[in-house]
Amino acid sequence: MTVQGLLRLAWKESRTARRRLALYMSSIALGVTALVAIDSFADNVTGSIREQSRTLLGGDLALETRAAYPASVDSLLDSLGRTGIKSARVTNLASMALADGTGGTRLVQMRAVTNGYPFYGSIETQPLEAWARLQNEAVVLVDASLLTALDTRVGDSLKLGDKKFQIAGTLGNVPGDAAITSVIGPRVYVAYKWLPAMGLLRFGSRADYDVVLQLPPNKAGTSEAAALAKSLRRRLDPRSAEREEREARQGQPSRAQAQADQAEEDSVLSAAIKTADSSQLTKTPVARIRVRTVQETERDLTETVSRLANFLSIIGLVALLLGGIGVASGVNAFVAAKIDTVAMLRCLGATSRQVLALYVIQAAAMGLVGATAGAALGVLVQYGFPKIVGDFLPLDVRVAVEVRPLLIGLTTGVWVSLVFAMRPLLALRRISPLQALRRNTDSAAVPRQWNDPLRIVVDLLLVASIVAITAIRMGTLRQGLWVSAAIAGAGIILYVAASLLIALAKRIVRPSWAFALRQGIANLHRPANQTRAVTLALGFGAFLLSTVFLVQSNQLKRIQLTESTSPGNLLFYDVQDNQAAPLDSLIRSNGIVARQQTAIITMRLQSINGRTTQQLQTDTAAHRAGWSLRREYRSTYRDSMMTSEKLTAGSWFADSATRASSRNANPELPYAISMEEGLAKDMKVSLNDTLVWNVQGVEVRTVLTSLRTVNWARFEPNFFVVFEPAALRHAPQQFVFVANVSSAATIAVIQRDAVRRFPNVSSLDLTLVRNTIGSIVSRVTLAVRFLGAFALAMGIPVLFSAVAATRRARIREGVLLRTLGASRAQVARILLAEYGALGALGALTGMVLALGGAWGLTHFVFKDTFDPAILPTFAIAGGMLLLTMLIGFITSRDVYRETPMAAIRES
Amino acid sequence: MLVAQDLTKDYPSGAQRLTVLRDVNFEIPQGAFVSIVGPSGSGKTTLLGLLAGLDTPSRGTVTLDGTDLGRLDEDQRAALRGEKVGFVFQSFQLIPTLTAIENVQVPLELRGLVSVSQAAAQSRELLTRVGLGDRLHHFPQQLSGGEQQRVALARAFVNTPRILFADEPTGNLDETTGANIVQLMEALNRESGCTVVLVTHDSALAARTQRTIRLRDGAVVEDVHHREA
Repeated sequence: MTVQGLLRLAWKESRTARRRLALYMSSIALGVTALVAIDSFADNVTGSIREQSRTLLGGDLALETRAAYPASVDSLLDSLGRTGIKSARVTNLASMALADGTGGTRLVQMRAVTNGYPFYGSIETQPLEAWARLQNEAVVLVDASLLTALDTRVGDSLKLGDKKFQIAGTLGNVPGDAAITSVIGPRVYVAYKWLPAMGLLRFGSRADYDVVLQLPPNKAGTSEAAALAKSLRRRLDPRSAEREEREARQGQPSRAQAQADQAEEDSVLSAAIKTADSSQLTKTPVARIRVRTVQETERDLTETVSRLANFLSIIGLVALLLGGIGVASGVNAFVAAKIDTVAMLRCLGATSRQVLALYVIQAAAMGLVGATAGAALGVLVQYGFPKIVGDFLPLDVRVAVEVRPLLIGLTTGVWVSLVFAMRPLLALRRISPLQALRRNTDSAAVPRQWNDPLRIVVDLLLVASIVAITAIRMGTLRQGLWVSAAIAGAGIILYVAASLLIALAKRIVRPSWAFALRQGIANLHRPANQTRAVTLALGFGAFLLSTVFLVQSNQLKRIQLTESTSPGNLLFYDVQDNQAAPLDSLIRSNGIVARQQTAIITMRLQSINGRTTQQLQTDTAAHRAGWSLRREYRSTYRDSMMTSEKLTAGSWFADSATRASSRNANPELPYAISMEEGLAKDMKVSLNDTLVWNVQGVEVRTVLTSLRTVNWARFEPNFFVVFEPAALRHAPQQFVFVANVSSAATIAVIQRDAVRRFPNVSSLDLTLVRNTIGSIVSRVTLAVRFLGAFALAMGIPVLFSAVAATRRARIREGVLLRTLGASRAQVARILLAEYGALGALGALTGMVLALGGAWGLTHFVFKDTFDPAILPTFAIAGGMLLLTMLIGFITSRDVYRETPMAAIRES
Repeated sequence: MLVAQDLTKDYPSGAQRLTVLRDVNFEIPQGAFVSIVGPSGSGKTTLLGLLAGLDTPSRGTVTLDGTDLGRLDEDQRAALRGEKVGFVFQSFQLIPTLTAIENVQVPLELRGLVSVSQAAAQSRELLTRVGLGDRLHHFPQQLSGGEQQRVALARAFVNTPRILFADEPTGNLDETTGANIVQLMEALNRESGCTVVLVTHDSALAARTQRTIRLRDGAVVEDVHHREA
């Protein structure tokens, strides 16, 4: 028979079964939907990042640091300005805003910007001209949410620190900010020049100091920006520059080439360097200054998107594999329905190879139909994505149909459906023409041989396909193997669980049980049972859905604040030494006693066991985390441990009298410190190690005497390092106050009075924070629910296919039972028992797997403690159980619809 | 025992209706052994389905043991079948996932009047009676055609039905095996006193019954009594 003849026959022969085959093949559709939607949206986002990268940064490159720039950097920026490189400053800090008219207060994210910012893109405001007024008048631009919170309007007065401003307008889209930013804390834009008048930047105040640079139009290429960034980095951030050069050397450019590159990079700066004080620039700045280019911003954002897309890909991948299982189950049923036709074709002279080719052509065509439908749905979902995740993205995503993801989705979908369909289709080769004369039961008519060489080849192809697709999706073969192994592990566990259920069903049935229950349970082990197929499909669905839910609820639990997570509900921070006593009196005057007054002292680590942090950073063999050596520490001193802490090694500080007498005996004795065990691990220090700290110019020698764990989720001041009081009592310090105030009115009064008297002190109403977090959580939950709904949705066609595999047999049995006198209720009870047992097993095994999976993800990926939400997980399992029973009933509805007569005629 | 009155059955066929049974009337007394014969497409199986309450007539009534089947809903008809009717089909219609003894037990268990052990004992006894005492735990596919039909007979009689309907019971069997099945049916008819209504093509088999009703084009064209019950 020619290929054309085969195609023609395949087309004609498919007439009666096209819809059914398309239904089975549609299992693959949701997997393709997931792949196309995820890949397309990731492409859209990365494309938009590329287009908007300069707008996102606001310039060609930026400097970022946590402390005010030294004079040398100011001078360098002035010099750069003279060479045509413009700069704009952006200082970000949290501050209290006080509405003069209403007396309302609110913690805001303040951004003080100089003229010219942003160099690229624009900040949308209402009214439009409000941005232009910012630099010329004492005005602010605020998020609309702040107006609501303070019950104030545009044109009213707003006090920030010691300075009053008029509200000139509200903010719209701000490039580089996700919409969710305004939910976390309302933004307030103000001119940079007002910073001194506001008096907010005091000792210990936390602020981010950014400078955005714009190259002259003729030098604004990416290579010029990169050269300037390198050169600046060598001067301002030598550690990063060294690392960068080390990495470049591994790429083995010649030394001469490296020198030439450096000279070229420096040439951009040469004019500026000549006028700047170069010797000052080489000194280590107070805080690390990072230099960031448009390309780095683009790369970082793209990497984040890729990581997210990879994570989501796992869901798409599981959807695809589940779809594969659905296809295999469905094609199994299809094969059973084709026994008579195949037997007749064989009688008429068709070879087994021709028969196989005939149905492979049909399966491939229907796989293409399923994948195309999935791809079309994927495009629709892609257009819906911005509504779900748009608030979390710092840019406007341009959604457009992308060809690459469509082709990848279609190819993968068709391939997976074909590979999975091949397994049951192979059995068609072995249908004997004798079946046309004497028909055996379906299972006897389609013999399956485990040692069939072609079947072994198909099995190997199946495994190779899964590993290859997983590896391509994950990016590396190693990850591909891990994920494939995890999926295979879950599959094996489900298979074993189903086999155990079959074995149990054989033994457990008792004569005393009701007839329907006995029949239903016995159906689990009887020939041609559907126990393994349904358990596998349902278990995977339940596994995926519960894992997503458990991880989500665990993460949300960590950030949700309850009354018990804080000793109070009103926090004051940035309280200066001389403000502590008057603030305490102010709180007391309202009949409240502050529950905690915690001192905070900023410091840096100088050396460990005699080796300086600079030396330690070059010692790469020790694998110390660089951040632990470089960061600015905010530490405290106290005698006792907090309830949020637990000692894990060593002993807490001795009592003050003992310490005092020891110090009298040996004045050189180092002070005791306690360190959070995670930090100690990263810093590679252990008990009795000596650490020297630079506490604002004063060296403090300490010895590590204990390690502890800290519950960071508690909303109170927590510290990496706690000192014994004698070490820091006299150091310059600021305070955090925690008070418990029951009435909202009293909170408002205390906040208002505190802001009026101490404008630099920020206060936080935890009730508000709780509401804010609640609002963010609800948005995150929406995204996660979408994933969950998707996981559930993709389980449905697979379950349908799995159940369909034995549908014919079930209907025939049901009709026969009715012929023999069974009522519809009796048949329904039998189905209920069977699908109930199947549903319970699949859902519960999936749940157990999900508990393991969620623990693994939480422990290894999120590095968090796992606190499973058991009851809701049982609720999901219950939902899956009901779904299985529903699908069982829907697919078996013909038992009720068909008259026994029709079924008997059919037989 | 069984009364068919003006029994008519038609089906939609395109825009028209196709009448497959037309005004069929007869009475069958308790304990009779009756055959229904006729060429293919004469309406034999349709008539059997209506008489057994497997289907509903377009017009007319069927009264089985004093009960008008038309007044019963599907579940009530099923209950009546479970109580008073036995079936034997050409293609045996055993449940392939149940063993021989399990298949025979089903009608008893559906009614729930006897314990499982009693049901098993009765089923075993009947299977032994039909010569399958050593094949109790075999699945249908492990049995020959004749053996499967004997299991079907045992299943039909296990409830001691008032009437047995058999649709071409020997149609799938060789001559010898078919003869054995008919002998068994006759013996069981004699022993239990139940009415037997047999649909067949086989004139020799029809001749062995007490009465033959002949159908052509959906109407009764002949009703011959061979011998008294």
